[in-house]
Amino acid sequence: MAGAKKGLVLLDFWVSPFGQRCRIALAEKGIPYEYSEQELLGAKSDLLLRSNPVHKKIPVLLHDGRPVCESLVILNYLEEAFPDASPKLLPADDAYARAQARFWAAYSDKVYEVGTRLWKLKGEPQAQARAEIVQVLRNLDGELGERSFFGGEAFGFVDVALVPFVPWLPSYERYGEFSVEGIAPRLAAWARRCAERDSVAKSFHPPEKVDEFINLLKKTYGIE
Amino acid sequence: MDHHLEQQAAESEKKAVKLLGMWASPYVLQVRWALAMKGVEYEYVEEDLRSKSAQLLAYNPVHKKVPVLVYHGRPIAESQVILEFIDDAWNHRGDPILPRDPYRRAMARFWARFKQDKLSPPIWRWFTTEGEEQEAAYEAAVEQLLVLEKELAVSGKPFFGGEKVGFVDLSLSPLAYVIPIYEEIVTGGGGGGVKMVTEEKMPSLAAWMGRFLSSPAVRGHLPPLEKLRPRCQAMREAFLVSARAKVEQQQQQ
Repeated sequence: MAGAKKGLVLLDFWVSPFGQRCRIALAEKGIPYEYSEQELLGAKSDLLLRSNPVHKKIPVLLHDGRPVCESLVILNYLEEAFPDASPKLLPADDAYARAQARFWAAYSDKVYEVGTRLWKLKGEPQAQARAEIVQVLRNLDGELGERSFFGGEAFGFVDVALVPFVPWLPSYERYGEFSVEGIAPRLAAWARRCAERDSVAKSFHPPEKVDEFINLLKKTYGIE
Repeated sequence: MDHHLEQQAAESEKKAVKLLGMWASPYVLQVRWALAMKGVEYEYVEEDLRSKSAQLLAYNPVHKKVPVLVYHGRPIAESQVILEFIDDAWNHRGDPILPRDPYRRAMARFWARFKQDKLSPPIWRWFTTEGEEQEAAYEAAVEQLLVLEKELAVSGKPFFGGEKVGFVDLSLSPLAYVIPIYEEIVTGGGGGGVKMVTEEKMPSLAAWMGRFLSSPAVRGHLPPLEKLRPRCQAMREAFLVSARAKVEQQQQQ
Protein backbone atom coordinates (compact mmCIF):
# COMPACT_ATOMS: atom_id res chain seq x y z
CA MET A 1 0.00 0.00 0.00
CA ALA A 2 1.62 3.28 -1.13
CA GLY A 3 2.79 5.54 1.68
CA ALA A 4 1.48 3.15 4.31
CA LYS A 5 3.22 3.22 7.66
CA LYS A 6 5.40 0.13 8.11
CA GLY A 7 4.96 -2.08 11.12
CA LEU A 8 2.12 -2.26 13.60
CA VAL A 9 -0.16 0.52 14.79
CA LEU A 10 -2.93 -0.20 17.29
CA LEU A 11 -5.89 2.18 17.21
CA ASP A 12 -7.26 1.92 20.72
CA PHE A 13 -9.02 3.65 23.61
CA TRP A 14 -7.46 3.67 27.07
CA VAL A 15 -10.20 1.90 29.02
CA SER A 16 -11.37 -0.49 26.30
CA PRO A 17 -11.07 -4.11 27.44
CA PHE A 18 -11.15 -5.17 23.79
CA GLY A 19 -8.14 -2.97 23.11
CA GLN A 20 -6.46 -4.36 26.19
CA ARG A 21 -6.76 -7.88 24.79
CA CYS A 22 -4.56 -6.77 21.90
CA ARG A 23 -2.11 -4.85 24.10
CA ILE A 24 -1.68 -7.84 26.39
CA ALA A 25 -1.12 -10.29 23.49
CA LEU A 26 1.41 -7.95 21.86
CA ALA A 27 3.24 -7.54 25.17
CA GLU A 28 3.23 -11.27 25.92
CA LYS A 29 4.74 -11.96 22.51
CA GLY A 30 7.17 -9.06 22.67
CA ILE A 31 5.96 -7.68 19.35
CA PRO A 32 6.72 -3.97 18.97
CA TYR A 33 3.92 -1.64 17.95
CA GLU A 34 2.81 1.97 18.07
CA TYR A 35 -0.14 2.73 20.35
CA SER A 36 -2.56 5.33 19.00
CA GLU A 37 -5.16 6.65 21.43
CA GLN A 38 -8.42 7.40 19.63
CA GLU A 39 -11.10 9.94 20.41
CA LEU A 40 -14.34 7.98 20.74
CA LEU A 41 -16.72 10.19 22.65
CA GLY A 42 -16.01 13.14 20.37
CA ALA A 43 -15.27 13.09 16.65
CA LYS A 44 -13.64 9.92 15.38
CA SER A 45 -10.39 10.31 13.47
CA ASP A 46 -10.18 9.97 9.69
CA LEU A 47 -7.75 7.11 10.17
CA LEU A 48 -10.21 5.18 12.33
CA LEU A 49 -13.13 5.79 9.97
CA ARG A 50 -11.01 4.73 6.98
CA SER A 51 -9.62 1.66 8.75
CA ASN A 52 -12.91 0.38 10.12
CA PRO A 53 -15.65 1.85 7.96
CA VAL A 54 -18.06 -0.96 8.79
CA HIS A 55 -18.09 -0.65 12.58
CA LYS A 56 -16.13 2.58 13.24
CA LYS A 57 -14.82 0.93 16.40
CA ILE A 58 -11.55 0.19 18.09
CA PRO A 59 -9.42 -1.83 18.40
CA VAL A 60 -8.01 -1.79 14.89
CA LEU A 61 -4.57 -3.24 14.24
CA LEU A 62 -2.86 -1.73 11.22
CA HIS A 63 -0.14 -3.95 9.79
CA ASP A 64 1.86 -2.09 7.12
CA GLY A 65 -1.27 0.01 6.66
CA ARG A 66 -3.71 -2.91 6.29
CA PRO A 67 -6.43 -2.95 8.94
CA VAL A 68 -7.45 -5.94 11.06
CA CYS A 69 -10.63 -5.29 13.06
CA GLU A 70 -12.33 -7.07 15.98
CA SER A 71 -10.27 -7.98 19.05
CA LEU A 72 -10.52 -11.78 18.74
CA VAL A 73 -9.79 -11.58 15.00
CA ILE A 74 -6.68 -9.55 15.95
CA LEU A 75 -5.62 -12.16 18.54
CA ASN A 76 -5.90 -14.94 15.94
CA TYR A 77 -4.04 -12.76 13.45
CA LEU A 78 -1.13 -12.18 15.84
CA GLU A 79 -0.85 -15.97 16.34
CA GLU A 80 -0.81 -16.63 12.62
CA ALA A 81 1.06 -13.66 11.13
CA PHE A 82 3.88 -13.84 13.69
CA PRO A 83 4.48 -17.59 13.94
CA ASP A 84 7.96 -17.13 15.42
CA ALA A 85 6.80 -14.86 18.23
CA SER A 86 6.47 -16.72 21.50
CA PRO A 87 4.70 -17.71 23.55
CA LYS A 88 2.05 -19.28 21.38
CA LEU A 89 -1.30 -18.42 22.94
CA LEU A 90 -3.09 -21.24 21.14
CA PRO A 91 -1.96 -24.88 21.45
CA ALA A 92 0.02 -25.63 18.31
CA ASP A 93 -0.64 -29.34 17.80
CA ASP A 94 -4.17 -29.86 19.03
CA ALA A 95 -7.08 -28.87 16.79
CA TYR A 96 -9.64 -29.78 19.46
CA ALA A 97 -7.89 -27.69 22.13
CA ARG A 98 -7.75 -24.77 19.67
CA ALA A 99 -11.49 -25.08 19.06
CA GLN A 100 -12.17 -25.08 22.81
CA ALA A 101 -10.00 -21.98 23.24
CA ARG A 102 -11.90 -20.17 20.49
CA PHE A 103 -15.23 -21.17 22.00
CA TRP A 104 -14.38 -19.86 25.48
CA ALA A 105 -12.69 -16.72 24.17
CA ALA A 106 -15.88 -15.86 22.26
CA TYR A 107 -17.94 -16.74 25.34
CA SER A 108 -15.93 -14.33 27.47
CA ASP A 109 -17.51 -11.47 25.46
CA LYS A 110 -20.65 -12.22 27.47
CA VAL A 111 -19.10 -10.80 30.65
CA TYR A 112 -18.99 -7.35 29.06
CA GLU A 113 -22.25 -7.72 27.14
CA VAL A 114 -24.26 -8.75 30.18
CA GLY A 115 -22.29 -6.50 32.55
CA THR A 116 -23.22 -3.52 30.39
CA ARG A 117 -26.91 -4.38 30.71
CA LEU A 118 -26.40 -4.57 34.44
CA TRP A 119 -25.45 -0.90 34.77
CA LYS A 120 -27.65 0.39 31.95
CA LEU A 121 -30.94 -1.14 33.01
CA LYS A 122 -33.24 -1.08 36.02
CA GLY A 123 -35.94 -3.24 37.51
CA GLU A 124 -36.78 -6.60 35.94
CA PRO A 125 -34.33 -6.37 33.00
CA GLN A 126 -31.53 -5.57 35.44
CA ALA A 127 -32.48 -8.52 37.62
CA GLN A 128 -32.32 -10.72 34.54
CA ALA A 129 -28.88 -9.37 33.67
CA ARG A 130 -27.77 -10.11 37.23
CA ALA A 131 -28.93 -13.71 37.01
CA GLU A 132 -27.20 -14.07 33.65
CA ILE A 133 -23.86 -12.65 34.70
CA VAL A 134 -23.77 -14.86 37.77
CA GLN A 135 -24.33 -17.85 35.47
CA VAL A 136 -21.65 -16.69 33.03
CA LEU A 137 -19.09 -16.30 35.83
CA ARG A 138 -20.05 -19.71 37.25
CA ASN A 139 -19.61 -21.28 33.80
CA LEU A 140 -16.17 -19.70 33.49
CA ASP A 141 -15.26 -20.83 37.00
CA GLY A 142 -16.32 -24.36 36.06
CA GLU A 143 -14.31 -24.34 32.86
CA LEU A 144 -11.20 -23.11 34.66
CA GLY A 145 -11.55 -25.80 37.27
CA GLU A 146 -8.44 -26.41 39.33
CA ARG A 147 -6.07 -25.21 36.61
CA SER A 148 -3.86 -22.16 36.98
CA PHE A 149 -4.98 -20.69 33.69
CA PHE A 150 -7.57 -21.43 31.04
CA GLY A 151 -4.58 -22.31 28.86
CA GLY A 152 -3.56 -24.97 31.42
CA GLU A 153 -0.17 -24.41 33.01
CA ALA A 154 0.48 -21.44 30.76
CA PHE A 155 -1.32 -18.13 30.23
CA GLY A 156 -3.13 -18.50 26.91
CA PHE A 157 -5.74 -17.33 24.43
CA VAL A 158 -8.76 -17.51 26.73
CA ASP A 159 -6.85 -15.88 29.58
CA VAL A 160 -5.96 -12.94 27.31
CA ALA A 161 -9.54 -12.69 26.07
CA LEU A 162 -11.08 -12.69 29.56
CA VAL A 163 -8.61 -10.87 31.80
CA PRO A 164 -9.40 -7.33 30.56
CA PHE A 165 -12.87 -7.61 32.11
CA VAL A 166 -11.39 -8.10 35.57
CA PRO A 167 -11.19 -4.35 36.43
CA TRP A 168 -14.87 -4.08 35.47
CA LEU A 169 -15.96 -6.80 37.90
CA PRO A 170 -15.99 -4.62 41.05
CA SER A 171 -18.48 -2.29 39.30
CA TYR A 172 -20.60 -5.24 38.16
CA GLU A 173 -20.48 -6.64 41.70
CA ARG A 174 -21.88 -3.39 43.04
CA TYR A 175 -24.63 -3.02 40.45
CA GLY A 176 -25.53 -6.68 40.69
CA GLU A 177 -25.06 -7.09 44.43
CA PHE A 178 -22.99 -10.23 44.23
CA SER A 179 -19.37 -11.10 44.86
CA VAL A 180 -17.11 -12.94 42.42
CA GLU A 181 -15.28 -14.46 45.39
CA GLY A 182 -18.59 -15.87 46.58
CA ILE A 183 -19.96 -17.28 43.32
CA ALA A 184 -16.76 -18.06 41.40
CA PRO A 185 -13.86 -18.36 43.85
CA ARG A 186 -11.50 -20.10 41.43
CA LEU A 187 -12.07 -17.35 38.90
CA ALA A 188 -11.34 -14.76 41.60
CA ALA A 189 -8.04 -16.48 42.38
CA TRP A 190 -7.25 -16.65 38.67
CA ALA A 191 -7.87 -12.90 38.37
CA ARG A 192 -5.37 -12.20 41.14
CA ARG A 193 -2.87 -14.56 39.54
CA CYS A 194 -3.17 -12.83 36.14
CA ALA A 195 -2.81 -9.36 37.63
CA GLU A 196 0.75 -10.30 38.65
CA ARG A 197 1.80 -10.65 35.04
CA ASP A 198 3.67 -7.71 33.60
CA SER A 199 1.69 -7.61 30.36
CA VAL A 200 -1.58 -7.51 32.29
CA ALA A 201 -0.52 -5.11 35.06
CA LYS A 202 0.86 -2.63 32.55
CA SER A 203 -2.36 -2.47 30.54
CA PHE A 204 -4.77 -2.35 33.48
CA HIS A 205 -6.49 0.70 34.89
CA PRO A 206 -7.65 0.67 38.51
CA PRO A 207 -11.31 -0.33 39.04
CA GLU A 208 -12.06 3.18 40.34
CA LYS A 209 -11.13 4.62 36.96
CA VAL A 210 -13.33 2.05 35.23
CA ASP A 211 -16.20 2.93 37.54
CA GLU A 212 -15.67 6.62 36.77
CA PHE A 213 -15.85 5.78 33.09
CA ILE A 214 -19.11 3.89 33.56
CA ASN A 215 -20.53 6.98 35.26
CA LEU A 216 -19.38 9.07 32.33
CA LEU A 217 -21.13 6.70 29.92
CA LYS A 218 -24.29 6.80 32.02
CA LYS A 219 -24.30 10.58 31.80
CA THR A 220 -23.71 10.39 28.06
CA TYR A 221 -26.66 8.03 27.65
CA GLY A 222 -28.84 10.03 30.05
CA ILE A 223 -29.11 7.20 32.57
CA GLU A 224 -29.68 8.01 36.25
CA MET B 1 -6.27 -47.71 -0.95
CA ASP B 2 -7.86 -51.15 -1.12
CA HIS B 3 -11.67 -50.77 -1.44
CA HIS B 4 -12.35 -52.87 1.66
CA LEU B 5 -9.91 -50.82 3.73
CA GLU B 6 -11.45 -47.63 2.38
CA GLN B 7 -14.88 -48.80 3.48
CA GLN B 8 -13.57 -49.70 6.93
CA ALA B 9 -11.91 -46.31 7.24
CA ALA B 10 -15.13 -44.54 6.26
CA GLU B 11 -17.17 -46.56 8.75
CA SER B 12 -14.80 -45.93 11.60
CA GLU B 13 -14.73 -42.25 10.69
CA LYS B 14 -18.51 -42.24 10.84
CA LYS B 15 -18.34 -43.52 14.41
CA ALA B 16 -15.73 -40.91 15.29
CA VAL B 17 -17.74 -37.93 14.07
CA LYS B 18 -21.27 -37.13 15.18
CA LEU B 19 -23.35 -34.03 14.44
CA LEU B 20 -26.27 -33.00 16.63
CA GLY B 21 -28.55 -30.86 14.50
CA MET B 22 -32.01 -29.69 13.60
CA TRP B 23 -33.37 -29.68 10.05
CA ALA B 24 -34.35 -26.00 9.94
CA SER B 25 -31.17 -24.56 11.41
CA PRO B 26 -28.98 -22.68 8.93
CA TYR B 27 -26.07 -23.08 11.36
CA VAL B 28 -26.39 -26.85 11.21
CA LEU B 29 -26.56 -26.75 7.40
CA GLN B 30 -23.33 -24.75 7.25
CA VAL B 31 -21.60 -27.47 9.24
CA ARG B 32 -23.04 -30.23 7.02
CA TRP B 33 -21.72 -28.43 3.94
CA ALA B 34 -18.29 -27.97 5.51
CA LEU B 35 -18.15 -31.69 6.35
CA ALA B 36 -19.18 -32.45 2.76
CA MET B 37 -16.41 -30.20 1.44
CA LYS B 38 -13.90 -32.30 3.37
CA GLY B 39 -15.55 -35.59 2.46
CA VAL B 40 -16.07 -36.47 6.11
CA GLU B 41 -18.41 -39.33 7.03
CA TYR B 42 -20.48 -38.68 10.13
CA GLU B 43 -23.49 -39.76 12.10
CA TYR B 44 -26.29 -37.21 12.12
CA VAL B 45 -28.64 -36.92 15.08
CA GLU B 46 -31.83 -34.87 14.68
CA GLU B 47 -32.67 -33.00 17.87
CA ASP B 48 -36.11 -31.87 18.97
CA LEU B 49 -35.32 -28.42 20.34
CA ARG B 50 -38.65 -28.20 22.14
CA SER B 51 -37.60 -31.25 24.12
CA LYS B 52 -33.82 -31.26 24.26
CA SER B 53 -32.10 -34.59 24.64
CA ALA B 54 -29.91 -35.46 27.61
CA GLN B 55 -27.12 -35.90 25.08
CA LEU B 56 -27.46 -32.34 23.78
CA LEU B 57 -27.60 -30.87 27.28
CA ALA B 58 -24.53 -32.86 28.28
CA TYR B 59 -22.57 -31.90 25.17
CA ASN B 60 -23.54 -28.21 25.17
CA PRO B 61 -24.45 -27.23 28.74
CA VAL B 62 -23.48 -23.58 28.22
CA HIS B 63 -25.72 -22.75 25.23
CA LYS B 64 -27.93 -25.86 24.91
CA LYS B 65 -28.04 -25.30 21.14
CA VAL B 66 -27.30 -27.05 17.89
CA PRO B 67 -25.08 -27.60 15.99
CA VAL B 68 -22.74 -29.60 18.19
CA LEU B 69 -19.99 -31.60 16.52
CA VAL B 70 -18.81 -34.54 18.60
CA TYR B 71 -15.31 -35.65 17.65
CA HIS B 72 -14.16 -38.92 19.21
CA GLY B 73 -16.65 -38.28 21.99
CA ARG B 74 -15.56 -34.69 22.61
CA PRO B 75 -18.05 -31.90 21.83
CA ILE B 76 -17.51 -28.66 19.95
CA ALA B 77 -20.24 -26.00 19.89
CA GLU B 78 -20.86 -22.72 18.00
CA SER B 79 -20.96 -22.98 14.20
CA GLN B 80 -18.04 -20.63 13.54
CA VAL B 81 -15.83 -22.57 15.95
CA ILE B 82 -16.97 -25.84 14.37
CA LEU B 83 -16.23 -24.64 10.82
CA GLU B 84 -12.70 -23.62 11.83
CA PHE B 85 -12.23 -26.95 13.58
CA ILE B 86 -13.32 -28.90 10.50
CA ASP B 87 -10.83 -26.95 8.39
CA ASP B 88 -8.14 -27.57 11.01
CA ALA B 89 -8.74 -31.25 11.73
CA TRP B 90 -9.04 -32.21 8.05
CA ASN B 91 -6.63 -29.70 6.59
CA HIS B 92 -4.91 -32.43 4.62
CA ARG B 93 -8.16 -33.17 2.78
CA GLY B 94 -10.25 -31.30 0.25
CA ASP B 95 -10.04 -27.58 -0.37
CA PRO B 96 -9.24 -25.14 2.43
CA ILE B 97 -12.33 -23.63 4.05
CA LEU B 98 -10.44 -20.67 5.46
CA PRO B 99 -7.74 -19.01 3.36
CA ARG B 100 -4.15 -19.94 4.25
CA ASP B 101 -2.81 -16.39 4.31
CA PRO B 102 -3.05 -14.81 7.82
CA TYR B 103 -4.42 -11.47 6.58
CA ARG B 104 -7.03 -13.11 4.39
CA ARG B 105 -7.97 -15.37 7.30
CA ALA B 106 -8.48 -12.27 9.44
CA MET B 107 -10.72 -10.76 6.75
CA ALA B 108 -12.71 -14.02 6.49
CA ARG B 109 -13.28 -14.11 10.26
CA PHE B 110 -14.26 -10.44 10.16
CA TRP B 111 -16.91 -10.95 7.46
CA ALA B 112 -18.34 -13.98 9.24
CA ARG B 113 -18.92 -11.83 12.34
CA PHE B 114 -20.34 -9.04 10.18
CA LYS B 115 -23.24 -11.24 9.26
CA GLN B 116 -23.96 -12.05 12.89
CA ASP B 117 -23.53 -8.52 14.24
CA LYS B 118 -24.72 -6.21 11.46
CA LEU B 119 -26.81 -8.17 8.98
CA SER B 120 -28.90 -10.74 10.80
CA PRO B 121 -30.51 -8.36 13.33
CA PRO B 122 -32.11 -5.95 10.81
CA ILE B 123 -33.13 -8.81 8.49
CA TRP B 124 -34.83 -10.57 11.38
CA ARG B 125 -36.52 -7.33 12.44
CA TRP B 126 -37.73 -6.75 8.88
CA PHE B 127 -39.20 -10.23 8.79
CA THR B 128 -40.95 -10.08 12.17
CA THR B 129 -42.41 -6.56 12.12
CA GLU B 130 -44.68 -4.39 10.02
CA GLY B 131 -45.30 -0.73 9.28
CA GLU B 132 -42.71 1.88 10.18
CA GLU B 133 -40.59 -0.51 12.24
CA GLN B 134 -40.37 -2.84 9.26
CA GLU B 135 -39.48 -0.02 6.88
CA ALA B 136 -36.67 1.14 9.14
CA ALA B 137 -35.37 -2.40 9.45
CA TYR B 138 -35.53 -2.79 5.67
CA GLU B 139 -33.37 0.32 5.16
CA ALA B 140 -30.88 -0.88 7.76
CA ALA B 141 -30.65 -4.35 6.19
CA VAL B 142 -30.20 -2.99 2.66
CA GLU B 143 -27.44 -0.67 3.87
CA GLN B 144 -25.51 -3.64 5.25
CA LEU B 145 -26.22 -5.83 2.22
CA LEU B 146 -24.76 -3.12 0.00
CA VAL B 147 -21.54 -3.35 2.04
CA LEU B 148 -21.37 -7.05 1.13
CA GLU B 149 -22.30 -6.32 -2.47
CA LYS B 150 -19.40 -3.88 -2.76
CA GLU B 151 -17.00 -6.36 -1.16
CA LEU B 152 -17.93 -9.08 -3.64
CA ALA B 153 -18.08 -6.75 -6.67
CA VAL B 154 -14.64 -5.31 -5.93
CA SER B 155 -13.10 -8.77 -5.56
CA GLY B 156 -14.44 -9.81 -8.96
CA LYS B 157 -14.50 -13.40 -7.73
CA PRO B 158 -17.43 -15.83 -7.93
CA PHE B 159 -17.43 -16.49 -4.18
CA PHE B 160 -16.43 -14.60 -1.04
CA GLY B 161 -13.87 -17.38 -0.63
CA GLY B 162 -12.45 -16.67 -4.09
CA GLU B 163 -12.72 -19.26 -6.84
CA LYS B 164 -14.46 -21.72 -4.54
CA VAL B 165 -16.89 -21.70 -1.63
CA GLY B 166 -15.20 -20.82 1.66
CA PHE B 167 -15.75 -19.83 5.26
CA VAL B 168 -17.47 -16.54 4.48
CA ASP B 169 -19.79 -18.09 1.88
CA LEU B 170 -20.81 -20.73 4.43
CA SER B 171 -21.34 -18.07 7.10
CA LEU B 172 -23.45 -15.98 4.72
CA SER B 173 -25.34 -18.97 3.38
CA PRO B 174 -28.76 -18.09 4.88
CA LEU B 175 -28.75 -15.05 2.60
CA ALA B 176 -28.83 -17.41 -0.38
CA TYR B 177 -32.03 -19.23 0.54
CA VAL B 178 -33.71 -17.67 3.57
CA ILE B 179 -34.04 -14.15 2.15
CA PRO B 180 -36.02 -15.31 -0.92
CA ILE B 181 -38.40 -17.18 1.41
CA TYR B 182 -38.76 -14.10 3.61
CA GLU B 183 -39.35 -11.91 0.55
CA GLU B 184 -42.09 -14.24 -0.68
CA ILE B 185 -43.82 -14.25 2.69
CA VAL B 186 -43.49 -10.53 3.37
CA THR B 187 -44.73 -9.53 -0.07
CA GLY B 188 -47.56 -12.04 0.19
CA GLY B 189 -46.11 -14.14 -2.59
CA GLY B 190 -47.74 -11.91 -5.17
CA GLY B 191 -44.39 -10.98 -6.69
CA GLY B 192 -45.11 -7.34 -5.99
CA GLY B 193 -43.92 -5.32 -3.03
CA VAL B 194 -40.37 -4.64 -2.05
CA LYS B 195 -37.64 -7.23 -2.52
CA MET B 196 -34.44 -7.04 -0.54
CA VAL B 197 -31.84 -8.40 -2.96
CA THR B 198 -32.52 -7.36 -6.55
CA GLU B 199 -30.36 -7.81 -9.62
CA GLU B 200 -30.35 -4.08 -10.24
CA LYS B 201 -29.28 -3.00 -6.77
CA MET B 202 -27.07 -5.97 -5.89
CA PRO B 203 -25.99 -7.80 -9.05
CA SER B 204 -22.99 -9.58 -7.51
CA LEU B 205 -24.93 -10.78 -4.48
CA ALA B 206 -27.89 -11.89 -6.61
CA ALA B 207 -25.59 -13.93 -8.85
CA TRP B 208 -23.74 -15.34 -5.83
CA MET B 209 -26.97 -16.71 -4.35
CA GLY B 210 -27.66 -19.03 -7.30
CA ARG B 211 -24.00 -19.90 -7.70
CA PHE B 212 -23.74 -20.84 -4.03
CA LEU B 213 -26.77 -23.12 -4.14
CA SER B 214 -25.35 -24.86 -7.24
CA SER B 215 -21.92 -25.45 -5.73
CA PRO B 216 -20.97 -29.12 -5.20
CA ALA B 217 -21.20 -29.32 -1.40
CA VAL B 218 -24.49 -27.43 -1.23
CA ARG B 219 -26.03 -29.22 -4.19
CA GLY B 220 -25.51 -32.48 -2.34
CA HIS B 221 -27.66 -31.33 0.56
CA LEU B 222 -30.06 -28.61 -0.44
CA PRO B 223 -31.86 -26.53 2.18
CA PRO B 224 -35.38 -27.90 2.78
CA LEU B 225 -37.25 -24.96 1.21
CA GLU B 226 -40.66 -26.65 1.11
CA LYS B 227 -40.61 -27.30 4.86
CA LEU B 228 -38.97 -23.96 5.70
CA ARG B 229 -41.60 -21.83 3.99
CA PRO B 230 -44.58 -22.71 6.22
CA ARG B 231 -42.34 -22.64 9.28
CA CYS B 232 -41.13 -19.11 8.48
CA GLN B 233 -44.68 -18.04 7.67
CA ALA B 234 -45.88 -19.27 11.05
CA MET B 235 -43.01 -17.44 12.79
CA ARG B 236 -43.85 -14.13 11.13
CA GLU B 237 -47.52 -14.50 12.00
CA ALA B 238 -46.73 -15.32 15.61
CA PHE B 239 -44.54 -12.23 15.98
CA LEU B 240 -47.10 -9.95 14.34
CA VAL B 241 -49.96 -11.29 16.45
CA SER B 242 -47.94 -10.80 19.62
CA ALA B 243 -46.90 -7.26 18.63
CA ARG B 244 -50.46 -6.27 17.74
CA ALA B 245 -51.71 -7.65 21.05
CA LYS B 246 -49.14 -5.55 22.91
CA VAL B 247 -50.20 -2.41 21.04
CA GLU B 248 -53.86 -3.09 21.83
CA GLN B 249 -53.01 -3.63 25.46
CA GLN B 250 -51.14 -0.34 25.59
CA GLN B 251 -53.97 1.51 23.88
CA GLN B 252 -56.47 0.19 26.39
CA GLN B 253 -54.43 1.37 29.36
